[in-house]
Amino acid sequence: MKIKKLLLGDEAFALGAINAGLSGAYGYPGTPSTEIMEFIQANPTAKERGIHSHWSSNEKTAYEEALGMSYAGKRSIVTMKHVGLNASADAFVNSGMTGANGGMLVAVADDPSMHSSQNEQDSRFYGEFAFIPVLEPTNQQEAYDMADYGFKLSEKFEIPVMVRFVTRLSHSRATVEADMEAKAENEIHFPNDGRRWVLMPGNSRVRYKELIKIYEKIEKESDESPYNVYTPGKDHSLGIIVSGIASNYINELFPDGCPYPTVKVSQYPLPLGLIKRLSNECKELLIVEEGQPFIEKKLRGLIESTKKIYGKLDGTLIRTGELNPDRVMECLIKIKPELDAIKAGEIREACDITVARPPSLCKGCGHRDVYQALNDVLGGYKDARVFGDIGCYTLGYLAPFKALHTVLDMGASITMAKGASEAGVHPAVAVIGDSTFTHSGLSGLLDAVNEDSNILVIISDNLTTGMTGGQDSQGTGKIEEICLGLGVNADHLHTIDSLPKNHNEMVSLFKQAIEHKGLSVVVSRRECIQTARRHGAHRGPKTTA
Amino acid sequence: MEPTEDRRLLHNDESNNKYNKLLSIQNPMKTDIVLAGVGGQGILSVATILGVAALKEGLNIKQAEVHGMSQRGGDVQSTLRISSSPIHSDLIPSGKADLIVSLEPMEALRYLPLLSPEGWIVTSSAPFINIPNYPDLEEIESELKKTGNVISFDMETMAKDIASPRSSNMVLLGAASHFIEISSDKIEDAIRSVFSSKGEAIVESNLKAFRAGREQADSFIAK
Repeated sequence: MKIKKLLLGDEAFALGAINAGLSGAYGYPGTPSTEIMEFIQANPTAKERGIHSHWSSNEKTAYEEALGMSYAGKRSIVTMKHVGLNASADAFVNSGMTGANGGMLVAVADDPSMHSSQNEQDSRFYGEFAFIPVLEPTNQQEAYDMADYGFKLSEKFEIPVMVRFVTRLSHSRATVEADMEAKAENEIHFPNDGRRWVLMPGNSRVRYKELIKIYEKIEKESDESPYNVYTPGKDHSLGIIVSGIASNYINELFPDGCPYPTVKVSQYPLPLGLIKRLSNECKELLIVEEGQPFIEKKLRGLIESTKKIYGKLDGTLIRTGELNPDRVMECLIKIKPELDAIKAGEIREACDITVARPPSLCKGCGHRDVYQALNDVLGGYKDARVFGDIGCYTLGYLAPFKALHTVLDMGASITMAKGASEAGVHPAVAVIGDSTFTHSGLSGLLDAVNEDSNILVIISDNLTTGMTGGQDSQGTGKIEEICLGLGVNADHLHTIDSLPKNHNEMVSLFKQAIEHKGLSVVVSRRECIQTARRHGAHRGPKTTA
Repeated sequence: MEPTEDRRLLHNDESNNKYNKLLSIQNPMKTDIVLAGVGGQGILSVATILGVAALKEGLNIKQAEVHGMSQRGGDVQSTLRISSSPIHSDLIPSGKADLIVSLEPMEALRYLPLLSPEGWIVTSSAPFINIPNYPDLEEIESELKKTGNVISFDMETMAKDIASPRSSNMVLLGAASHFIEISSDKIEDAIRSVFSSKGEAIVESNLKAFRAGREQADSFIAK
């Protein structure tokens, strides 16, 4: 029996995992991956079974926790956005070496067009060099189905499997046919080959040779995968290789079927047999893939071949930003001008009086008070530099505050401020949120403690992970204790409520901290206005923990 | 279920179908909608309700939305595609949208290239001004008029007067419901099921707003 549900791509995968006998989900919030965990947290079956779904401090701890569950023989998933994979890369790449025991799926959501991210990195590159197979769902139904399929693949080859999402799949809803019941969870059982789980050089050398052989089998499996599909077409002047959701755009443009033979890729390593067949049959090739030109680079190689290949690298398809039906159509018309008929008859012109409406910090947000006070203080210094971090407060870069000079990655505010202060910059100020602080700020703060760096670290604590919609923050109620535990001098650790009425007090506190020669930390606190509203009905407004 | 058959039944229902002449109704049905507004206005609830209603009707749905950074007071857009045939792309190609449904007049204009030549704009005329360079309101009105098929009125005030300030999105849904091939009874059922957890008073208030919006658009078209 099946039931039809309307689900986001993220939710479809989450439900698929629960129904496939999931025992534990781990992750750190990150757009567009967050809803996978949120769905599991709210799911009755998951609650009843006690499936783990607590957020972790960062993607690396999450990854290792999920791998621990896999080691114990149970099925686990770990969720993150694409840049989260950088944070967990050490665990990720080495888990190709240890392999998995219970099925383990790594759900990574890429963000082409950078709707809410720093870059457009394509996670498929990671999969390849870690010897980890990658699944790339085409639609919400595949996102659901690939959970069970992926667990089986992971258990068959005893290796973690990545499931690559992109924004338009993660955050798009569609009808999905789901099972009515969840399969039983795996019983606890340990790996047969214990040696490969201890990555000492002697063991690793043995395992690496073995892994290369296993990967050859995984490559063969790709050619037989039900998700890698060859579709014949009558016009062999062109063959199209599409991956994941890009194939939807081709199907949209050719509702009666694509005239050119196509290979749809949704399982990597690439299905070599299918691609060779397409190449042999067709005069020229076009590669349409969401993200960076991963397939295209492999096909082109370094040396010019006689086969004409169109794609992102030669500019036929737009290189940056996410794909859409228009962009794919324009690319096709460049190659086949006779396809002009697939265009809509008449396109209205864009209205030229509309202006951009950039996002901004909410009214009543404590980050506003921090920037207001900071700007007032720093106006008095010629070469002040403020090192920002990842979260809602990144918006402090924009008007009206224009307060930030750098934003790099999670935790970089403290460490970049430290480096700049060592170059002679003063004042060097770091602004970091509470969740980002416990994600990746702790080790940087320890560095600053050890050298008593001449920086001011402002921890703007809103008691939540705000930008992704208000998930639990792992340091809530513990921020000062964590700072003291790392060795911050109690005389230079200050706490203040980020409220307009405290403006003057904040200004003098920041000033005092900047004038102190050495490390100062100010914890500036006010509950996120969005979560406060949500909690309001239950416990009234609240400014401090 | 045979979707084409089902759609025909709906077509024969006079009360639900009096504006079909205004649209290039296709059989089997397909409605591509662009939903627009500013973060926090409640545009995604409109999408959720239509999604629930369409699912009950056995129709196919694809609804793409943007979360994260773009929600904090910035422009928010969602596309909703409803069809009796399978839908491939989550995004609507240029010139193919049947409707732009917006809670804010300038946001309605932002997506013009997506709207088909015979498509309709249904929008609130109440501006949401949180930027210093917001264009002149009269200019916005005249641009809207130029697009041809427009229903525009102050949904914020109507919501305040009739139900609650937070239900202007339901006024919008009511006004837009004329152009969506799902009966208003079915949309009302969906409103009930989406808001049921918030209590009967909230459900009633949203239904009132929905009906008022539907009626107002009615008089608009009759003009």
